[in-house]
Amino acid sequence: MAEHFESVERKDQAAHLGMWLFLASEVLLFGALFAVYAGYRVEFGYEFVVASSHNSIAIGTTNTFVLVTSSLFAALAVHAARSGRLRRAAGLLALTIGCGLLFLGLKAVEYGEHFRAGILPGNHYHYAALPTHAANAFFTLYYLMTGLHALHVTGGMVALGAVGYRAFRGAYSAERHLPLELAVLYWHLVDVIWLFLWPLLYLMH
Amino acid sequence: MTTPALTLPEAVAERPLLAPPAPADYLHGGGVRSWLLTRDHKRIAVMFLGATSLALLLGGIFALLLRAELLTPGPTIMSAEAYNRTFTLHGIVMIFMFMIPAIPTVFGNFLLPLMIGARDVAFPRLNLASFYVYLTGSAITLTSLVAGGADMGWTFYVPYSTTSPSAVANVAFGVFVLGLSSVLTGINFIVTVHTMRTKGLAWHRLPLFVWSLYATSIIQVLATPVLGMSLLLVAVDRLWGIGIFDPALGGDPLLFQHLFWFYSHPAVYIMILPAMGVISEVVCAFSRNPPASYRAIAYSSLGIALVGFLTWGHHLFVAGMSLLDGAVFGVLSMFVAVFSAVKVFTWTLTLRRGSVSFETPMLYFFWFTFLFTFGGMTGVAVATSSLDIHWHDTYFVVAHFHFIMVGGTLTAYLAALHYWFPKFFGRRYNERWATIASVTVFVGFVLTFVPQFLLGNAGMPRRYYAYPPEFQWLNVLSSGGASILAAGMLLTLVGLVYALVAGPRSDRNPWGARTYEWLSASPPPTENFEGELAITRGPYDYHLPE
Repeated sequence: MAEHFESVERKDQAAHLGMWLFLASEVLLFGALFAVYAGYRVEFGYEFVVASSHNSIAIGTTNTFVLVTSSLFAALAVHAARSGRLRRAAGLLALTIGCGLLFLGLKAVEYGEHFRAGILPGNHYHYAALPTHAANAFFTLYYLMTGLHALHVTGGMVALGAVGYRAFRGAYSAERHLPLELAVLYWHLVDVIWLFLWPLLYLMH
Repeated sequence: MTTPALTLPEAVAERPLLAPPAPADYLHGGGVRSWLLTRDHKRIAVMFLGATSLALLLGGIFALLLRAELLTPGPTIMSAEAYNRTFTLHGIVMIFMFMIPAIPTVFGNFLLPLMIGARDVAFPRLNLASFYVYLTGSAITLTSLVAGGADMGWTFYVPYSTTSPSAVANVAFGVFVLGLSSVLTGINFIVTVHTMRTKGLAWHRLPLFVWSLYATSIIQVLATPVLGMSLLLVAVDRLWGIGIFDPALGGDPLLFQHLFWFYSHPAVYIMILPAMGVISEVVCAFSRNPPASYRAIAYSSLGIALVGFLTWGHHLFVAGMSLLDGAVFGVLSMFVAVFSAVKVFTWTLTLRRGSVSFETPMLYFFWFTFLFTFGGMTGVAVATSSLDIHWHDTYFVVAHFHFIMVGGTLTAYLAALHYWFPKFFGRRYNERWATIASVTVFVGFVLTFVPQFLLGNAGMPRRYYAYPPEFQWLNVLSSGGASILAAGMLLTLVGLVYALVAGPRSDRNPWGARTYEWLSASPPPTENFEGELAITRGPYDYHLPE
């Protein structure tokens, strides 16, 4: 596959740059939703604060710890792969995916509580405690942002699963494990996006 | 890695008589399957040429239907509903399926690796994927035709786009997928320019077309996701009623317009920047002169790409915007005109003391310069908010953006098609035939859109199905121009298809140009260059022997 590059290093460099550009486009994808959030936050101000206080800080914060821990495992997996300990890398990636599942599980619990309370997106919203337009807009955004993020978490777990399986089978080496590095890079982005969603949706009141 | 570096063209000219025969060119060998699954950037470019040409044909047919309908003040050939659906599809097909992808995916794909002495783009498989994603997006968009059409206009403005009974969701999702194709191509091109340049090819030796593709790719990667998200929100709203822009649920329709134009204004630079790159190559090749200022052309492309991100508000002057915002967006928009003027003056100066010849690509250079300058000046006019309030939503704006976007992109596309035709297919087109076709296109174009400036200035709103009888003569003139334009396009098609089948064989470098793509054979072999290319001169060194 590297034959049209002048060297293997050049090929790795190209793959890394390509991944970073892809991540930049992902940031802009979320950026559109952040822009909508900013617009409505300015427009509604206090009502957004009230609405955000109805989200469970406990679950949001626990999830933050879970995701940051997952990124730590992922970084350790890269470290292990670089020193050639591929089984260990695969194990660490399995732990990363485990954290991802835990994150989604907690998210599902939170969604479930919201559903029961009548906090649904758009014109399905019927939360008696907060019957305002602003709260409606806040929770629609909450679902859009966390939903898109959850999709990315799922995609990231699939990617980590694929490279983890190949590491386990010994398809990589200390020198050649580029897909593993790229998948972990993507996972870190998913983590970082959550670090912005967490204050916006749970803490800023 | 051990192949000795060859300094072309000596290598080509003095190939030993007993050497094995030259490798087959990229066009030959393998069946249909080898084309459909190819990773060769040149074959992918040719497939894109076919696909985007079909899109141009389809969009053109919609345009002719519109112009036929507008021949009389009342109903002519279709109902008002059909008219709305026709102008919507005309805009969607022309913008998202032709003008945005055409020059990068066809000429960019083919020429970028050749111009930097590379074997291929950085990610050949991704390149093929981009082609199929394009086809998928186009197919999804066109399912709206089967579903009875969509009538929200290419701008998707809410709340109408979320309440219209027509097939808006198909189009929104289709354009989202087309955007993904655009992002993939953009990433591929940026990485290619950074990592695939051959020995000796410093940044300031890159042909100017490469600079313009690079600037375009930045916009594609950074702006397209925002459009994707906005259209996805429209589509999701239609499916599940999330009402994120619906005032009844606390939403703000104006916010959609901001998001839409955050992409769609830079998108006009996605259309025009590659066109400017083509024009820069053509003017140098046909005046046998280096550009009057290489850096002015190269850097102004980057300038347009960056400032282009900060001008979107000028679409919202009458939608509700403070005076200060209006002034800021107006002035920022005019900066684009400064960068554009730098380019136009540099091109014009390039002609000075050149040895100018008037083959078809050069004719298109002149048409481009005329239409672009005229369209650009009307652009400064509509960027002035006090004037825009009068012209907003009239045919003046329609004529302005057709002059800039169509006059710019289409003439550059045709210039590129003629200029690189020998490179693509190894054959020559008939110069006299192409000249007649080119003049016909230009006359038709001017006749179509100059009356629209007058109509708009007289107050005729855009997108209207009926109009007062006193506007009829200008509308008839415009429709007549459209027929001439269509005839010119048809002549071009016939001439090029004939050349493809029966045109005389071309030399390696029929125009005597100095950019590096001409150092490989025409058509190029699959691996582009024999051995590794070492660059020892600039791309416009006409004072040196080739």
